[in-house]
Formats: sequence, structure tokens, C-alpha cells
Amino acid sequence: MPDVHSLVNEFVIKLQKRQIEGSKTTAKLTAELLRSFISQLRLPHSNQAGALIDAVKEVGEKLITAKPVELAVGNVVRRVLHIIREEDLSITNAAVGGLNLASESDDDDGNDEYDHPVLSASAVAAAARSALRPPSLQTLLDDMPHSAANPHTSSSGGDSEGKSKSADSLRRKLKHDVIEAVNELIQEISTCHEQIAEQAVEHIHHNEVILTLGSSQTVKEFLLAAKEKNRSFRVFVAEGAPRYQGHAFAKELASSGLQTTVITDSAVFAMISHVNMVIVGAHAVMANGGVIAPVGLNMVALAAKRHAVPFVVLAGVHKLCPLYPHNPEVLLNELKSPSELLDFGEFSDCLDFGSGSGSPLIHVVNPAFDYVPPDLVSLFITDTGGHNPSYIYRLIADFYSPDDLVVRRKSAS
Amino acid sequence: MESRRVPRTVSDPKVRQVGFFAPPDRSLSGPPDPASSPPLLSNISPSGNSLSPVMIPPPRHLSTDLPRHLPHPQPLLSPLRAPRANETSVPVGSYNPSEFSTPSGIADFSEDQLSPRWGRKSSSGKFATSLPSGGFGMAAANKISDANSKPGVADGGADAEVQKEKGAAAGKPLKEKTTKAERRAMQEAQRAAKAATKGKYLVLSSSWNLSRGGCFGEEETGRKTMGGCMNGSGEDRCSGKGRCGNCGGKTAGTYGTMCTVAIGGGDGGLDRVKGVKIAGGVPTGVGKFLLSCNKNSLCWVTELHLPGEGSKTVGVNSANAMKSAKPAPQKKDNSSVAASERKGGDRQTDKDRKKDVPHPRMQFDDENRVEKAKKRSVVKQAEARNRVELFRHLPQYEHGARLTDLESKFFQLGPVHPAVYKVGFRYLTGDISGGNARCIAMLQAFQESIKDYSTPPEKTLIRDLTSKINCYVSFLIECRPLSISMGNAIRFLKRRITSLPLNLSESEAITSLVSDIDRFINEKIILADNVIVKHAVTKIRDGDVLLTYASSSAVEMLLLHAHELGKRFRVVIVDSRPKLEGKMLLRRLVGKGINCTYTHINAVSYVMHEVTRVFLGASSVLANGTVYSRVGTACVAMVAHQFRVPVLICCEAYKFHERVQLDSICCNELGDAEMVSRVTGREDINSLDGWTSSENLQPLNLLYDATPSDYVSMIITDYGMIPPTSVPVIVREYGREYLLI
Repeated sequence: MPDVHSLVNEFVIKLQKRQIEGSKTTAKLTAELLRSFISQLRLPHSNQAGALIDAVKEVGEKLITAKPVELAVGNVVRRVLHIIREEDLSITNAAVGGLNLASESDDDDGNDEYDHPVLSASAVAAAARSALRPPSLQTLLDDMPHSAANPHTSSSGGDSEGKSKSADSLRRKLKHDVIEAVNELIQEISTCHEQIAEQAVEHIHHNEVILTLGSSQTVKEFLLAAKEKNRSFRVFVAEGAPRYQGHAFAKELASSGLQTTVITDSAVFAMISHVNMVIVGAHAVMANGGVIAPVGLNMVALAAKRHAVPFVVLAGVHKLCPLYPHNPEVLLNELKSPSELLDFGEFSDCLDFGSGSGSPLIHVVNPAFDYVPPDLVSLFITDTGGHNPSYIYRLIADFYSPDDLVVRRKSAS
Repeated sequence: MESRRVPRTVSDPKVRQVGFFAPPDRSLSGPPDPASSPPLLSNISPSGNSLSPVMIPPPRHLSTDLPRHLPHPQPLLSPLRAPRANETSVPVGSYNPSEFSTPSGIADFSEDQLSPRWGRKSSSGKFATSLPSGGFGMAAANKISDANSKPGVADGGADAEVQKEKGAAAGKPLKEKTTKAERRAMQEAQRAAKAATKGKYLVLSSSWNLSRGGCFGEEETGRKTMGGCMNGSGEDRCSGKGRCGNCGGKTAGTYGTMCTVAIGGGDGGLDRVKGVKIAGGVPTGVGKFLLSCNKNSLCWVTELHLPGEGSKTVGVNSANAMKSAKPAPQKKDNSSVAASERKGGDRQTDKDRKKDVPHPRMQFDDENRVEKAKKRSVVKQAEARNRVELFRHLPQYEHGARLTDLESKFFQLGPVHPAVYKVGFRYLTGDISGGNARCIAMLQAFQESIKDYSTPPEKTLIRDLTSKINCYVSFLIECRPLSISMGNAIRFLKRRITSLPLNLSESEAITSLVSDIDRFINEKIILADNVIVKHAVTKIRDGDVLLTYASSSAVEMLLLHAHELGKRFRVVIVDSRPKLEGKMLLRRLVGKGINCTYTHINAVSYVMHEVTRVFLGASSVLANGTVYSRVGTACVAMVAHQFRVPVLICCEAYKFHERVQLDSICCNELGDAEMVSRVTGREDINSLDGWTSSENLQPLNLLYDATPSDYVSMIITDYGMIPPTSVPVIVREYGREYLLI
């Protein structure tokens, strides 16, 4: 256990020191951390799911507070919680099926009686949760076979030893299943680029002119995928001051044979009239369809809207955040060092002016993110396909359970 | 006369009011304020301000020409107007103020005062008045009837004929179809010819009334009409305009013969038939005089002096002038006679004026022309290797090579004056940037070169100096493409050169030009900036957060002025690569103790929440309201528009241009691409270092962009604060004025 905690602490420190950057890396690392945490967690004999959820929430809260701006951490924590609930639910469903049969066939067995109320209670809770959860096609389909299967399983029959064995295996199964599912999540996060890039051909046509700002791995793979399909198009890359990631990005695109033009960020409005499509990556996608994006994209989105140019946001599912934004420009933003804009040495003489009056005369604002409201976004392309901004809230319901929206450890009870 | 005219002025219902201007009664009843210096805001009465949020104060350009041209004491039109009656051109009813001589002048000029200077005077362009043309026209008509009744009218037959024709012409609907008008003109010309046969005089006004019957100063399809009709017989709108016409109309460009006639009314009846200018088919627009006018006893008719030809033939000729060009050599013959009266290019139509405009921009995707230009060019220009396909029509050169090349050519550049060379060099290095600075530097260099100028033997100053200026300009273009403001300044200078009186001695001409340039710099740039600041500072309140982008001299002056006035405000400076001009502005403002926030353009939507006003400079304002400015201005204006923050553009009126533009691609300037790839002060950003070796990669350094007019709340110019929709009005009403200073 101590090694897990030290692992968590190390991760927290890395987040705080901004040594981990980029939502994809962060998401992946978080998922891996949670996986190892879960695997090392010793679960109590009873109410495993509850204990697991509490434990994960505890860690999750720590991670989220370490870097609240990095929404991917919270997303992954919520995803894992959701996974636990789902697995628990499916196990319980299976168990309920078995128990129904058990309680019917031999209710005199004292051994099992101890377990029944607990399991049935958790089954009730799970049912309640599933009732709370908005109906999704997935759950509807999941539920149908069980009710249909119940009589079937009951007809198959079984003895009490078998039941208690199966309950035991179910217990072990929960952790195992959760880890399996988290593995799938990690897999999903690491392959989201390919999933998104597969759709490139459907969106990029011949001779298209595409504008993007800054650098995004997702966008790069998306464009290169279209290039591989022998679509010839040209790309305008706005450099994305003050980090200028666009330079390296443009070079990579050009070296793979795309006609690339680097423009300054200020030339976005001038060029947008000749652009067919704006394709950008995102930092996070909020539940209302708004996008937390690298700084400058709000300007690009406005210019695109003005010229009716489609503004397409590529986002892996791990970037979908189930929260609704409130004042995201300020609350979900991060101010970077002023030295990216002004040399400290350069203006040191001017800064002296402030020392007399007590407040400095120069303020330097260097935010990291922009908020793009949903009405400026034309399309989201996620690994599950293309979606309208207005559909995002629904998409989110598939991945998160409403109980987890606020990741806060329950009090001692 | 005086008492009769004034009430008409006020009560005339047909006063044509264009644009935003002060209510007429203010100008008539306001307190006399002769002491107020023109550019001061004090000229704008508060009442005028309260009436309209945006208004154009009367122009405040003191014409130093005035004393020279108008030695006679001017009768006072009104107490306020009096000191400035002749220097103002309030856009009342007059589409071409320059052609319209002051009623005051007309009223009191007796014949003996009508010296040949008249021509000069009427051409000076300062003679627009606030008096609506209608009232004046009526007065003129009355006078004319007086004139007709007087005995001793020379060549009464002809005159009568003229009257009749005038009436007919004036009675025509204002807008007539071209063909009809031309037919009519032909008829009239024939009649005039007949009359001339009788009396040996050709009353030019009649034949020149032709191109557009009665429609004064109305401009149609680039044709200026001569609504001559000095004796407008009742149709007051077309009378008294004294418009000169370009009767060539459409054919002007091709045939190039045109005569101008200016007519004024006066005590003496048709007191002035102004002479006549033929702007030859010469595309340079250097006018040559075919005809000169003479004073004839009562009625001013024009006698044609054509060597070897009788006036009657001329009458016919002039009628045919629409169709056939006059032989150029003839034109020179009378030039000396007409010298003092010449109108120069002043009376040229827009169409002609356009010829003077420096050629729009070379289209660099036209290979032939690029080749030709290369042969001509002084500076060797290596074409950039990775050219951006979209901008093939713009020059894309390698910048580093040009500098050393130019350095090495210092002693070979014979025709280029050292001052001009120096300025060009500084353009190339980026030492001088900013619309005003570049324009002033260029004008001062031209001034230097003009001071050193001496006419080579067997050449005329006008032609030779113009070609010299052309040569300088093309040199400067090679260094850096001209800005629109510079184009306007060059246009002004050339116009001044071509309108130099021929009888001026060389030194006089040079001093006149030098003072013209000084006046342009003072009035159009320096004073204009002061006026803009005075206007704009009223829009700054305590507690405001003002956002500005990059560095604009006018905005900087404004901020400093507001700070001096003790207003408490904060400034947000938004900057962008590659020039990072905002840093310099930041340094200067902070040095003065102004509280500043500095950020880059990507963060503009982050800071816009707190901003209450956006002040932006402009390189040019185009006729459709588009603001052509430093690249990024459009982004800032767009975001401000989105956040409902007012966008105020500070731009001197000399930067206005009649061109229109919708996007930023067609007409733009490309800077050094190397500037984009290299981030100054950030050596860690070096991924683009070897971009020239990759053929797929092109950095693009766009210098300007076009801000759509709907993002602009207000444009603050030296003529007042106007909405972007009023830009064409300014261009139209005042555009000619500075050409004619």
C-alpha cells in the first residue's frame, strides 16, 4: 500500500509542477495510476463496490485538486468510477439472478442467509442507480436479457455450495473485471487518435484549405490520415503564440508532404476567408458542447463563424467532461508565466515605476486556454463518431454516472 | 445683393445637404470668431454636437493661398463665416466645391477687378462656401437678366442665343440620357457656331453646357458635367454652379479633348466666362490650353485664339470635341497667354484624376510585367523561394539580399536623390514604419530633392519634375510598396506640380512646392492628429479600460493626452508577432506613468471582458468603410464586436481612399517571411530554422488586413467623428480639397 500512495503523491507533485502536460498523456497516466491503485487495494469482504468507489474517489479527489484545470484527470477518475459501478451492476445482476433462484429453491440454508440481504441490498441500490441513470440503449439492452433470462436460470437450478462459490468468485471477479475495464479504457485513450483519424477521409476533400492553430497530436494524425488516402490539400498553421507550437507542427506536416503555410496568429482573420475548414484540437469538451481550447481559438472560431467556415473540434472521449462550465474563461483557465511575452530583463527599468506607488504599472496577461462557446462549434469528431455540440450532454451520459459528477469522498458513513 | 442672397440661402428648400454638417443657421448666426484657429475644436459649437453625435465640423484648413489669390477685401457673408468664407467648404449642395466660386467674390468684383487672377482664384479649390448653390443660382439668374437688359452687350445676338439655349438646357430634366444630352449638345454647339459666325465670338458656355443638360456637378459614369448655366433661367439648382465640364465624357480617355468653362454670375451679368482648358489626350493629364478667355465689355465671352483658324471653326471644333482630339501642338501656342489663368488639372474629372493615381499595384502573377519591372528596377530583387500560392499577385522577395544590394548601389543610383535614397533605405530596413512616419519621411525627402532641383535645359519644370518624382516613387516602391496614405500624398504633390503656373520662375515654383509640402505635412498629418486627439479624448471617461492593438501614433497621442488631462484609465495593449510594436508603446506609456496591461493577440478574448473601449489606428480607410490596417486589427475588432465593446478607429482623413476592398488577400503587403520563422527572444523556438530547404513549407508574413465596416463603431478623423458608412462622403466631399490646397 505505501508504494501506491507514494506513487499517487509523486503523480500529484508532477501535476502540480506541470511536468505532465497534454490531456492525453495526463489521462493515460491517471488511468494507469488508478489501475495499479485498484490492483493493490485490498477489498473488504462485504460491499466491495462501495469500498472500491470510496477508495478511488479519495485518490481521485487528490488528483483533481492537484490540477483542477486539467479536466482529463477528473474525467478519467469518473470514468473509472463509472466502470466500477457498471461492473458491480453487471455482477450484481448476475448474482441477483443466482440468488433469486437460491432463495426460491432452498431458503433453509443458514449459511447463505447472511449474504443474501447484503447482496440484495446492493442489488436494489444498483437497480436504483440504474433507474437514476438516464436510460441508454446500452442499459436497456443489458436489462432486457436478464429479466428474460431469470426464469431460464431458475429452471437450471443449483445447490447452495455452488451459489456461495459463485458469490465468492463474483467478489474476486469485481476487481478483476474493473481492472480489465480500466485496461480497456487505457487502450481506448491511447488509440483514440487512430479512431478519430479513421474518419478523416469523410471530412477532408480534395484541394481543401484547412486552418489550424497551435499544435495538436490529434489534428496531426487526422490530417496525415487524409494525406495517406491521397487527398491533396493545403494547411495554414497559425503559430499559436506565445508557445509557438505551430512551428514544430508545421514542420512535421511539411515533412510528410503536406503543403503547409505558417501564418502569424494575427493573420487568422485575413486568411479565414480562403479557408474551407478549421480543424483544431481541444483541451476539454464541456457538457454543454463548449470547448476549453488552447488560447486563441475563440478568435479563430469567431472568424470562422463570420465567414461561415466549419469549425471542427477533434476530441478523444477522454476529453469529454461531464461538468457544465461556469465562467470558464476565468475559472477553468491557467495563467502562464509573463516571461513568455516580456523578458524580465527588458522591462526591469519600467517595473521600478510601480515600486513607488505600491502597485506595478505593468500587468502581463498570459492565459493558457480559451473557451469556445458551443454555438461557434460546427462539429465534434470523437472516437465514437461525429457529434453536434448539442449532443454532447447525451454522449456524456454514456460514459459517466451522475453519482460521480462531484468527486468528493463521502463522509465516514 | 447681399441682403437678398442671404435669406435665400437659408430658406431655399432645395439645399442639398450631404453628410453630417453643422446646421446652417449656426454658421450664419454664430458669434464672430475670427480668432479661432481652424484646427481647434472650439469651432464646433456645442449645439452642433448635441444635434448629432457625429458631425463634421467645418474644415479648418487655413489656406495660405488666399492672400495671394485674393488680394481684394472680401465682402462678409455672415459674421461667423466672414473670416473663413473662402477657406471652408462645407458640403452644402456642392459636389465640387472647387468649381464654385464664392458668391461674395462674385458679388463684389467689378470688372476692373477681374484680373487674370480670376482663373487662379477659382481654381484654388478653397472657394466652396456654405452657401447653397440654389440661392446663388437664383441670384445669378437675376443678375443675368440685368445683364441682358443692359445696352452695349457685345454681340447681343450671340448672347441672346445663349440665353435661349441656356433656358432650354436648364429646363431639361436633371438626369438625362447620355445620348439625348449629346444630341442636344451637338445642336447647341451648332447654334453656337452660327452665333459665333455672326459675332465672331463663341460663347463657350453654351456649347459646353452640352454634356449634361442642367445637371450641376452631378457625376455620372465618371463624367463631370458642366452644369454651366450661369444664367440658369429659373432652374435654380443648376444655375450658378459654374461647373466646369469635361465634355469629353466617356470619350475623354480616348479622345482626350475637353474644355472647361467656369462661369460665375456677377453684377456685370455674365461676368466671367472662364477660360478653357483642354486636357489633352495626354494621359499624364498635364493640361494644355487651347483657349484663353478675354474679358469682353459686359458679357464675358470667350474669344478663341486659334492661330490660323477662325473662331467659327473652333466653334464647330469644340462641338466636335467630344469626338475628336485636338492636335496637341496647337495647345501650347496660347499657353503663355493663359498661363495665369490656367486651371491646371484642377478641373479634371474623376476619370482624369484616376490617371494620376499611382498605378494600383502591379499584379505579380503577370509574368511579362514582372519581367519588365525587373529590367527597370534599381534594386536587385531575388524572388522568395517558397512563395505562397495564394499571394502570387503580390511581390514576394527575399529581404536580406536586397539590403546589401542596395547598399552597394549607392553610387550607381544617379537619378535618385540622396535624401530619397536614404528614406528608401530606411524603409527597407524597417527603420521607418507607420503610415504617418513613412509619409512624412517621403514628403520631406521629396522636399529636399525639390530644393536641389534645377530644370535641365530644353525641359519644362512641370514635366521634368513630375518624371523625377515618378522615378523617386518607383524607387521607393522597390524598397517597400507604398501605403495608401503615401499614394495620396504623392497624388497631391503631382497635382501641385502640374498646376504650377507656367509663368512662375523656377525658384518661385520650387518655394511654392516646398511650402505646399510643408502645408500638407502640417495640416493633413500633424494638425489632423491633434484634432483627432481632441475629438477622441471626449470618449474617454474615468475608470475606462482602453484596449489598443500594436502601435498607432494617433492612439498613442490620444492616450498621452488623456493622461495629461488627468483622466484615470487603464490601457490594455494587445500585441502580436512578428513586429511586436506594442512593446515599444508599452514602454513609452509606462514611462509616462500610465497603468498598462500587456498581452498577445490570442488572449484578446480573455482580456476583452474588462475592456470598455477599443481604440485602433488605421493605415487607410476605404470607401466601403473597410479599415485597412496592421494585420490583427480585424481580429481585435471582431472580438470587441462580439463582446459589445465599441471600436473607435483613429485615422487622419488624408488616409481615406476611394478604393473598396472586401478581403485581405487581393491587396496586401508581404513582409519578410524570415521574421515569422524566427521568434525574437525565444531561441528555443527554432523548428522552422531550415524552412527554405523544405519546399512544402512557406511562412507567410502578412502585413495588413481589412476590417469589415460592421465591426467599426466610429471613425475619428480630422473632420469629426463619423460612422464607417460616411467614409465615401468624406472621400467625395473632401477628397478633392486636399488635392487642390
